[in-house]
Amino acid sequence: MRTSMFSRLWTVIIFIYLFAPIAILIVFSFNAAKSLSVFSAPSLKWYRELFRDDVTLASLKNTLLLAVSASIVSTVMGTAAAVGINKLRRRWLAAALDTVTNIPMVNPDIITGISLMLMFVFVGRLFGLATSLSFWTMLLAHITFCLPYVILQVLPKLRQMDPALPEAAMDLGCTPLRAFFKAELPEIMPGVITGMIMAFTLSLDDFVISYFTQGNGFQTLPIRIYNMTKKTVTPKMYALATIIFFVILTLLLITNLIGDEDGAKRRRSKKRV
Amino acid sequence: MQKIIELKNLTKSFDGEVVLDHINLDIYDHEFLTLLGPSGCGKTTILRLIGGFETADEGDVIFLGERINDVPPHKRQVNTVFQKYALFPHLNVYENVAFPLREKKVPKSEIDARVKEMLQLVTLTGFEKRNVTRLSGGQQQRVAIARALISHPRVLLLDEPLSALDLKLRKDMQTELKRIQQATGITFVFVTHDQEEALSMSDTIVVISGGRIQQIGTPIDIYNEPVNAFVADFIGESNIVDGIMLSDCHVRMAGHTFDCLDAGFDQNEPVDVVIRPEDVDIVPPEKGMLRGVVTGVTFMGVHYEIIVDIAGFKWMIQTTDFVDVDEHIGIRLEPDAIHIMKKSEFSGMFGDYSSFSNELDELSNAESEGEE
Amino acid sequence: MNRKARGDSIAAVQRAALAPYTVWAVVFIVVPLFFIAYYAFTDDSFRFTTANIVRFFTTTSEVVTEKGIPREVRTYLLIFARSLKLAVISTILCLLLGYPFAYLISRAGARAQKTMITLVMVPMWMNFLIRTYAWMTLLQDTGLINSFLGMLHLPALHMIGTEGAVVVGMVYDYLPYMILPIYSVMAKMDEKLIEAAHDLGCSSSGVLRRVVVPLSMPGVVSGITMVLVPSISTFYISQKLGNGKFYLIGDAIESQYTANNLHFAAAIAFIFMIVLLAAMALMRKLTGRRVYEGGM
Repeated sequence: MRTSMFSRLWTVIIFIYLFAPIAILIVFSFNAAKSLSVFSAPSLKWYRELFRDDVTLASLKNTLLLAVSASIVSTVMGTAAAVGINKLRRRWLAAALDTVTNIPMVNPDIITGISLMLMFVFVGRLFGLATSLSFWTMLLAHITFCLPYVILQVLPKLRQMDPALPEAAMDLGCTPLRAFFKAELPEIMPGVITGMIMAFTLSLDDFVISYFTQGNGFQTLPIRIYNMTKKTVTPKMYALATIIFFVILTLLLITNLIGDEDGAKRRRSKKRV
Repeated sequence: MQKIIELKNLTKSFDGEVVLDHINLDIYDHEFLTLLGPSGCGKTTILRLIGGFETADEGDVIFLGERINDVPPHKRQVNTVFQKYALFPHLNVYENVAFPLREKKVPKSEIDARVKEMLQLVTLTGFEKRNVTRLSGGQQQRVAIARALISHPRVLLLDEPLSALDLKLRKDMQTELKRIQQATGITFVFVTHDQEEALSMSDTIVVISGGRIQQIGTPIDIYNEPVNAFVADFIGESNIVDGIMLSDCHVRMAGHTFDCLDAGFDQNEPVDVVIRPEDVDIVPPEKGMLRGVVTGVTFMGVHYEIIVDIAGFKWMIQTTDFVDVDEHIGIRLEPDAIHIMKKSEFSGMFGDYSSFSNELDELSNAESEGEE
Repeated sequence: MNRKARGDSIAAVQRAALAPYTVWAVVFIVVPLFFIAYYAFTDDSFRFTTANIVRFFTTTSEVVTEKGIPREVRTYLLIFARSLKLAVISTILCLLLGYPFAYLISRAGARAQKTMITLVMVPMWMNFLIRTYAWMTLLQDTGLINSFLGMLHLPALHMIGTEGAVVVGMVYDYLPYMILPIYSVMAKMDEKLIEAAHDLGCSSSGVLRRVVVPLSMPGVVSGITMVLVPSISTFYISQKLGNGKFYLIGDAIESQYTANNLHFAAAIAFIFMIVLLAAMALMRKLTGRRVYEGGM
């Protein structure tokens, strides 16, 4: 199918559909008036207001704290898990882990959120705690849904790697642990980094699971946005969204670049052997 | 000579399938020993057991008199050259070769000297800063060897290291490896499925099939005196014909009695008779010990490969004289061209040249069975 | 005599590496699912009861039809049916819009493909709440679309608060999730297969029908899974774009949670889970694929 008029038109229409709301969002964040449908004049007023909004800034800090912690923990645990899974010989265990790892990815967020919340509440009651839910429960929840994605990024890189590399390292005098750090990790690093970035953005953007596992007044940005949209919304929220958008866009581009470099390196080494 | 490695009763299974069946083997210091066999015969598994990457289900791996079954790879005085070289892509040539020394925290000046020495040994002087992923196959090969030798292991294990190289480079590397082995005196345990490679490089060849050692010997012994049909067929080409030992040095096959040099069989014992294609003389039919019809002639450059139907059995003869298809010819065999082997589980599986491989054999057998 | 030193044994290190995750997965993925069942079948004092489940099936409420006639309906069954209906419609629309789109991208040049796919992913990274909210402003009676129509002197459309609005929102939110897996499969399709099909006499449409479509099925199944499941369980979209008039399963669970009726919320979630599992099992049987396949 050559690029006919029809296909070009179709592509353009879909892209318009996908980007229209975003474009509107960005445009209206610069609206001088309070309206979200009528644009009067360009202004940075809402961005200024945003930076004076303490509650929102606090929630931003919370979100970053949560995302950084969750991504670090899930990356370390997930990479270790991927290494272990890759070398697994017992097929029943590999299959079981495979299924369990996929559950958070395939399950609706609401089920994951509710299930974790119920468990936390129950355990909290068991220990007679005043509040069961807090930053810590949210952190546990975030790590849980980030883990499968980290494993998903690291495992293929492990499988692409020549299994003889860590063996060669051990052969030449490294203990198995050192062999991992000196031979395997450099090879899978692009996958680890991509996994970590993915975990970070997932945590940053999560709403439903955070909603159900929140407590103790710890608000993340998405939850703050949700509360804001319950009342009348001003373009201030759009300003917030625009900023988030560009941050995540940048991260996405970085991930792409890493992926490009890694791909090029692999193509080169494949030609040689 | 000192035994450096002894394998006693080594048995290993994967997923319920027995890959090594009670292997017993002594490897001597300073020798170039080759494990030879078809894919899946277990030769790589033996290598990995010596290297420490697998643990035996039964049996012992003994190194200089000590049992090392539970010693992890990084503690063994054995180094491996892997099939795809396993060079670390994120390190350059120098760092790859220096890797084991860095592990041992050897001082920089000493590392410099030893890396230089190694690169000289493998004729890669000046390559220190090069990116390993940009090297040719042969060059990567040599870096892998340098890296494996730099810590002066007692034994070097090589897992089909030349299989990825093209023919002429492979021949050069064979000479190189032999030279390095003799210069360093290190015991080489070499794995390959290429019998020509094994014959040209080894001091000792161990022929393996189905997880069992079939024969151990020098290249000449293995070639001239294979112990069963498998070895005879795997090494070089062989015609393997059914025969009966009438008495010492007399064997009857295809309806004719031949003088030969082997003795020690029971009277009238059924045996496998091996005749190498290059040892058969073609003569006019009336002067021949056996007679047959030529069914195929292939020009191979060095010689002609002739398939002859003698008494229903297809022989292969290598000769520089041209014979035509459908010609009737006679053949003569000198006594030393005939080698007698005891019957084994491999009898009847090899030696008939109606096809060269087992695969085609199976296909044509299936066809003819279907027709009946 | 030969004790394996801990850090030395390869197997020991592997076990140590996998252990934390295995424990974590059991505690935080598997066990919570059992908690849903536990809460669903117990009352406030944690005694066993089927009351919650029964309540799900027997609660009724009054609904006024278009003709103004009041009718009694099973509340939660209606909600379920409605969620399913909207989700299926959205999924089909996503498929109709996304499949050709994915195909067109996969036929483009390598550089263009990369750019276009990145562009497709961009909306996914914009906060889902805000995207949905933006649609709300677009679809409002006084929103942008109606202003635009007004400029063209066309009559205004009442869009917000209709099922259509909810569908539009869902399709918008989930379209990239349909496009990406289908594209991914199509991009990996061996060019040689298409060449071979042409070589053997297929026209362009024939190639599409007989080679591309069958081979892209795994991507389609993936895409359907990734759209259907979230669209059944969403609660925000229906709240904002349906103006609170259309309660979906997600809304039901959420409101019970806010009212602190944890046991009943769990009951709804439990029944939803069972239906989901059944659907997955059915899909697996029909397509012969394990839906829980992911990238592993």
